[in-house]
Amino acid sequence: MHSTLSLSQATTVPRSNYAFDSHSPSFALSKPINLRFCGLRREAFGFSNLTQSCSSRVRISSRGHSKKIVASAGNNGTPLKSFNYDLIIIGAGVGGHGAALHAVEKGLKTAIIEGDVVGGTCVNRGCVPSKALLAVSGRMRELQSEHHMKALGLQVSVAGYDRQGVADHANNLASKIRSNLTNSMKALGVDILTGVGTILGPQKVKYGKVGFPDSIVTAKDIIIATGSVPFVPKGIEVDGKTVITSDHALKLEFVPDWIAIVGSGYIGLEFSDVYTALGSEVTFIEALDQLMPGFDPEIGKLAQRVLINPRKIDYHTGVFATKITPARDRKPVIIELTDAKTKEPKDTLEVDAALIATGRAPFTNGLGLENINVVTQRGFVPVDERMRVIDANGNLVPHLYCIGDANGKMMLAHAASAQGISVVEQVTGRDHVLNHLSIPAACFTHPEISMVGLTEPQAREKGEKEGFEVGIAKTSFKANTKALAENEGEGLAKLIYRPDNGEILGVHIFGLHAADLIHEASNAIALGTRIQDIKFAVHAHPTLSEVLDELFKSAKVKAPASSSPVSEPVAV
Amino acid sequence: MASSFLSNTTISFSCSLSSSPLPRLLPSISFSPIRFKPTPRRILTVRSKIREIFMPALSSTMTEGKIVSWVKSEGDMLSKGESVVVVESDKADMDVETFYDGILAAIVVGEGETAPVGAAIGILAETEDEIAEAKAKAASKSGTSTPAAPPPAPSSAPAPAPSKPTPGSAAAPVAEGPRKTVATPYAKKLAKQHKVDIESIVGTGLYGRIKPADIEAAAGIWPSRINARPDVVAEAKPAAPPKVTAAAAATFSSLPPPVPGSTVVPFTTMQAAVSKNMVESLSVPTFRVGYPVTTDALDALYEKVKPKGVTMTALLAKAAAMALVQHPVVNASCKDGKSFTYNGNINIAVAVAINGALITPVLQDADKLDLYLLSQKWKELVEKARAKQLQPQEYNSGTFTLSNLGMFGVDRFDAILPPGQGAIMAVGASKPTVVADADGFFSVKNKMLVNVTADHRIVYGADLAAFLQTFSKIVENPDSLTL
Repeated sequence: MHSTLSLSQATTVPRSNYAFDSHSPSFALSKPINLRFCGLRREAFGFSNLTQSCSSRVRISSRGHSKKIVASAGNNGTPLKSFNYDLIIIGAGVGGHGAALHAVEKGLKTAIIEGDVVGGTCVNRGCVPSKALLAVSGRMRELQSEHHMKALGLQVSVAGYDRQGVADHANNLASKIRSNLTNSMKALGVDILTGVGTILGPQKVKYGKVGFPDSIVTAKDIIIATGSVPFVPKGIEVDGKTVITSDHALKLEFVPDWIAIVGSGYIGLEFSDVYTALGSEVTFIEALDQLMPGFDPEIGKLAQRVLINPRKIDYHTGVFATKITPARDRKPVIIELTDAKTKEPKDTLEVDAALIATGRAPFTNGLGLENINVVTQRGFVPVDERMRVIDANGNLVPHLYCIGDANGKMMLAHAASAQGISVVEQVTGRDHVLNHLSIPAACFTHPEISMVGLTEPQAREKGEKEGFEVGIAKTSFKANTKALAENEGEGLAKLIYRPDNGEILGVHIFGLHAADLIHEASNAIALGTRIQDIKFAVHAHPTLSEVLDELFKSAKVKAPASSSPVSEPVAV
Repeated sequence: MASSFLSNTTISFSCSLSSSPLPRLLPSISFSPIRFKPTPRRILTVRSKIREIFMPALSSTMTEGKIVSWVKSEGDMLSKGESVVVVESDKADMDVETFYDGILAAIVVGEGETAPVGAAIGILAETEDEIAEAKAKAASKSGTSTPAAPPPAPSSAPAPAPSKPTPGSAAAPVAEGPRKTVATPYAKKLAKQHKVDIESIVGTGLYGRIKPADIEAAAGIWPSRINARPDVVAEAKPAAPPKVTAAAAATFSSLPPPVPGSTVVPFTTMQAAVSKNMVESLSVPTFRVGYPVTTDALDALYEKVKPKGVTMTALLAKAAAMALVQHPVVNASCKDGKSFTYNGNINIAVAVAINGALITPVLQDADKLDLYLLSQKWKELVEKARAKQLQPQEYNSGTFTLSNLGMFGVDRFDAILPPGQGAIMAVGASKPTVVADADGFFSVKNKMLVNVTADHRIVYGADLAAFLQTFSKIVENPDSLTL
């Protein structure tokens, strides 16, 4: 295994973004194997206590690799200098974790600095616990839908839930994933340094807990991965009880009868799914004229028809919540609404609770950016397309990178991880630019929404600018056997493509398990697979994946299929 | 679908030449296959050349539609087949085209607003001269179109203020000054759905807010308290000082609190169905007639045929069916309160308790099947009922119901008439009874009390008495049962 590692390192790959190339068979071979081992390793270490011998063996091997890397770096012309580490990552969220794992795989001596808990927002206050709540809400929804149950021939008497039990499930999941993450890094020999990390100068970081003396460490390269915190607009007073952010909501300390959700993006939408399933009524407050502004308009409309209109939800669009006062003195939560255009007071709402889901703000406090002359833009750390940090004068700061929410390119956990891997690839000698248009996104409502690439309006705009035609193909879940067997035929998959060459520009799915289905499309975009080729790939029947199969087949591409998508056909 | 469109277009064209029908709109489907019924509506407009554009019915379940956007604006020339407006139904958004050339004189229902199917949403003028007239018409339309699109509660217009003290009337719904109505999202949805004026409701929720239950109460959908309801509304309407109404509403909504330690077990689907049927039965005027039947001969017959698998249930069902042949009115039902529905078949539903549930498997054509077939059929039905595999046809097609509690030693009881049937027979236990005959001799005979409940709208006392007499004769001379 380690031999394949060094092999892949030595191979130069002409194209970025993991594009397979028939000229480098060793790479094509080694890559999937590496990935698979990586996955296995994480799994094994996460769930079992390691024996001492095992962990020490890994550590030795990683040290061995670090030497090799220093040597190769020397070959690249960098002056040989002794650092404490090859790579220091500030922030142990999903982005930092992904970068650390890949760095070890590449043989770098790696440390990760965390001032709070390992796992960051995603694991502790974001994607992970919210999935636990959504798992509950999905089941509640199903059990409560008498019509749905009847159609399946099932009889269920009234479904109920225990709030504390639901909250515990979310909390247990978070701590389990957190310990898996911690163990996986420890097992690989990543040093976890506790304390707030501050950049002192080029390649130099200090860290330490409050009240303890700081330690100073040096590294050849530094990655900032400090993430983000919930953004609370001015005028909103968060008390953590009746006016809350997602941080509080995930603890599910109470289920209000009526909750206003400020912001109808992913976070707001997912929480509306949870709260309505648990019996709350929801009022959305959206500053833009339309709910779900980030989604493809057609998908957004369908989502509204399924996720908003039939539920106990109403909404105010085109308004700002300019002032929110928590419930006190036997008065409800009071929300003042102001027209987004005229800036005039419009209405006042009285609700039991308000959830602020207006997005997230980068967290760069105490990072010491001033020491290296970097000025944040709206709080974000400015970076180029290779995640290299740009200073106040527009110059690149050498050996300093920023990934994840802190750079604001794409505020998704897996995007941060992909950016981290991309940076490690660069510092180990392979130029790599991440294609952000191949990064999928998902909203875990019931049913789910997922997307990758451009929306239809974006694609049309691009087509107009660059002079290509845009094609649209759509398939419905209503025609899918598996979806109908589940009695979940509501859904739509939409493909945005170039009819001239078969390039996939974007795919948007609304329907059962959409979040899992999107990867066929995102992988195709990442690997540059064209519709005329992927349409010959076979899908098991009956599965939901046939929705995409049908989608690709219904596209009208003028270009012919590549001569031989499989280099050597295998006869059976 | 396409053909139905075509036929419609031709019809409306020929019409447009002769008379002045409304401009029917042709929706062109832009998304999934949706079937819709074009409802031919013929409302004559005042002048032939000013036409109303109506909210089309885009699906069979559509009751109202939302205007997503007007493709054309006021003053635009329209030509046949052009998209004019995008309408959102309960299923999808559709472009709606017009069949007429003309000028869009006025938009009655604006973007984002909702109108019921068939309501005028715009006015079409044929020439520019008529625009003014059309506009006037539009103004009157929008003035009179009442609850179609109430502005989202108190939002839009801050000037006329939420409190609207009508001069001379002290009965303002909320007399506490400028306090506005607060209703929860679901309450608002329900109010719209049931066309309840939310301003007229006094909320019973926290901070006086209007809860979904308040709307349900006002709309009269409170199935569990169907009797209590109307009075309360009557009380709430006069709405003198708001405190009284609040109090009324409060007493109404507060049943005595459950005794500590009690458990609440919600109904299963079947129990809910029973509950619903029982409450429904209260709307039927029923009466009861009892009759003692001597069963010695029947008991003797039963002993004889029992080894062949014949049950008492089958014997009684057969006897009842044979009596019903002679008295079809007892097998009839009253569906609408205006007519008799004579049922062509005699289907005897037999009430049984299986696994704690009450179900009525139906012996279809009980008069035509012989006793042995009937017994066999009954056995099958009971097995199916146990396995919960009865088909709807096998439990809801009854025309007459038989309920027998005799096996428990019950001597007489009174049954509730199931909805949709004319009569139900309650059979008690057959017991040895001392009887004196006409000559004054005493003897001991087995007697069984039969009590029939019937719908007096169609079955009268004499009918029921005659039926029972026939039934009694058949039971007392049961040989005909085996024929």
